[in-house]
Amino acid sequence: MTNIVRNNGALSALLGSKTSLHTNRRWALFASYACLIVFVIFFLCPPFYMLVTSLKTNAEIANLATNPWLIEQGITTEHYTHLLTETAFLTYFKNTVIVATFVVAITMVISVLAAYALSRLSFWGSGVIATGVFLVYLVPDSLLFIPLFKIVGGLGLLNSYWVLVLVYPTLTVPFCTWIMIGYFASIPKELDEAALIDGANHMQMLLKVFIPVALPGLIAATIFAFTVSWASFLYPLAFIYSDNQMVLTVGTVTTLIKGDVFHWGGLMAGALLAAAPPVILYAFLMDYYISGLTSGATKG
Amino acid sequence: MTVSGVSRDFPKPHPSIRGGAFYLWFRRRSTIAVMMCFPLLALITCLVAYPFAYSIYLSMLNKAETAFVGFGNFLFLFKRETFWLVVQQSILFALVAVIFKALIGFIAAHAVNTIPSKGQRKWRGMMLVPWVIPPALSTLGWWWLFEPTYSAFNWLLEEFAVPAVPWLSDVFWARFSVILVNVWVGAPFFLIMYLAALKSIPEELYEAASIDGASAWQKLVHVTLPMMRNIIAITILFSIIVTFANFDIVRVLTQGGPRNSTHLFSTYAFRVGIESGDIPLGAAVSLFMFPALAILAFVILRNVRQRTVSI
Repeated sequence: MTNIVRNNGALSALLGSKTSLHTNRRWALFASYACLIVFVIFFLCPPFYMLVTSLKTNAEIANLATNPWLIEQGITTEHYTHLLTETAFLTYFKNTVIVATFVVAITMVISVLAAYALSRLSFWGSGVIATGVFLVYLVPDSLLFIPLFKIVGGLGLLNSYWVLVLVYPTLTVPFCTWIMIGYFASIPKELDEAALIDGANHMQMLLKVFIPVALPGLIAATIFAFTVSWASFLYPLAFIYSDNQMVLTVGTVTTLIKGDVFHWGGLMAGALLAAAPPVILYAFLMDYYISGLTSGATKG
Repeated sequence: MTVSGVSRDFPKPHPSIRGGAFYLWFRRRSTIAVMMCFPLLALITCLVAYPFAYSIYLSMLNKAETAFVGFGNFLFLFKRETFWLVVQQSILFALVAVIFKALIGFIAAHAVNTIPSKGQRKWRGMMLVPWVIPPALSTLGWWWLFEPTYSAFNWLLEEFAVPAVPWLSDVFWARFSVILVNVWVGAPFFLIMYLAALKSIPEELYEAASIDGASAWQKLVHVTLPMMRNIIAITILFSIIVTFANFDIVRVLTQGGPRNSTHLFSTYAFRVGIESGDIPLGAAVSLFMFPALAILAFVILRNVRQRTVSI
């Protein structure tokens, strides 16, 4: 008898806790959505405002009486057409594409070769090199731009975008090597033994086994190298000053501002167009990049 | 299959290559490995290690780079009030920004992890936008938001009858603004790392905690935080390095002003070294970052090592 009563008590306690769990869950959901909405407004308000400004007429931008967050006097694309036809924006774009393409190619060759050697062909000093690569990844561009300024000046490369092709790999190669080591190390050893038995040499093994299997890592590394070379600001600001050698970040920030009056509409249009390629790339390949980033950090 | 049949299949040195010793040396694992690492080593030696050593040498020259002055540049900096302002602001900037980035990243990661998994991708994608735009360009947008006459923030404040804020011309608000923009750019990185870490915590641990009657807070303190301790430590250390060495935001937003109050080591080194043409002094300024970076790198490396060993 007492036993049953006790069981009943336990049962009702259990049911009670279940309903409270249910309300807890609803509260957690509510709080989560509230946080997310606040954060999304915070994170998206500058790009939204840039877009709004870039589509407004100059008269409306200058008019202090209107709501700056809305377009009330009609949408215009004049800032975009002006940007593409009457400024050096397309030259900057072309230069940036050239630099980014070369940097990505150089980075991938260097880091895939090194990552293969460091993850599979353990040799005297390979551990030290792997640690060194990690440490070099932590070296920021702001530590070395002054000696590099002197060095590239000595090489006669100052004020040419090829200097960026030379120095950007110092920013991209260490991280790309690092995540490729992680991806290659996760490939089972049986696979290369099988390839060795089939008579493959190291080059064939790398090209026909490792690269296809580690393709997601390769894509993540490529996106990283592309983004860094697209977004880098300090090196081009320090090394390049001519309009025809300029890249997008510095070109937009420095030359589009010239003049007595800031052309805010044109400036925002330029910033948005310049930011578009990496944003579009992320929209499609976000998952690859995130997996690369998190695996690079956690495997390390 | 006879023994001779097997031996025939073994690769033999090609007869056209003279000197089997060279061929064997060439085929050795370590030779191949070193050759494959050579481009990486050349890059690091020529464009990282050499510039670093050169930077130390440069920092000991006079402005015209004609005479050796030893630690003269460093001692000169110690006597400059601006330099101490830079030291103070760099530390303040890095610590405050990283704390807020970590907090926002942690809360946002939790929020994303709580909602049904169907919507998670969409919310995460929207919150990663700041991190995807090149910082120099998004800072332009912030600059326009802070613009004294047209500031859209001040317009909003006025709607609520709050007086306009001098975002970039007042020392306190200028420091606030550069930190705010840095938090905006960097918080999504924490979100990604923490979300990945949250997802890797086994569900059983939470179930066990629930059975033991743990509250949500107890689960956070006794399950989530211990499981994420490593990733939190590494992310924060890494972010301190990146924030401490930041250049783009301050350069675009305030150029170090008002009255040099927002300069970081990097922007001050740029001002002194490139713009004013005193390359040795600029090299000395940026070298001051090195001890802090080296200590942080050492701690990260130890953390990473421990992690690898424990796995």
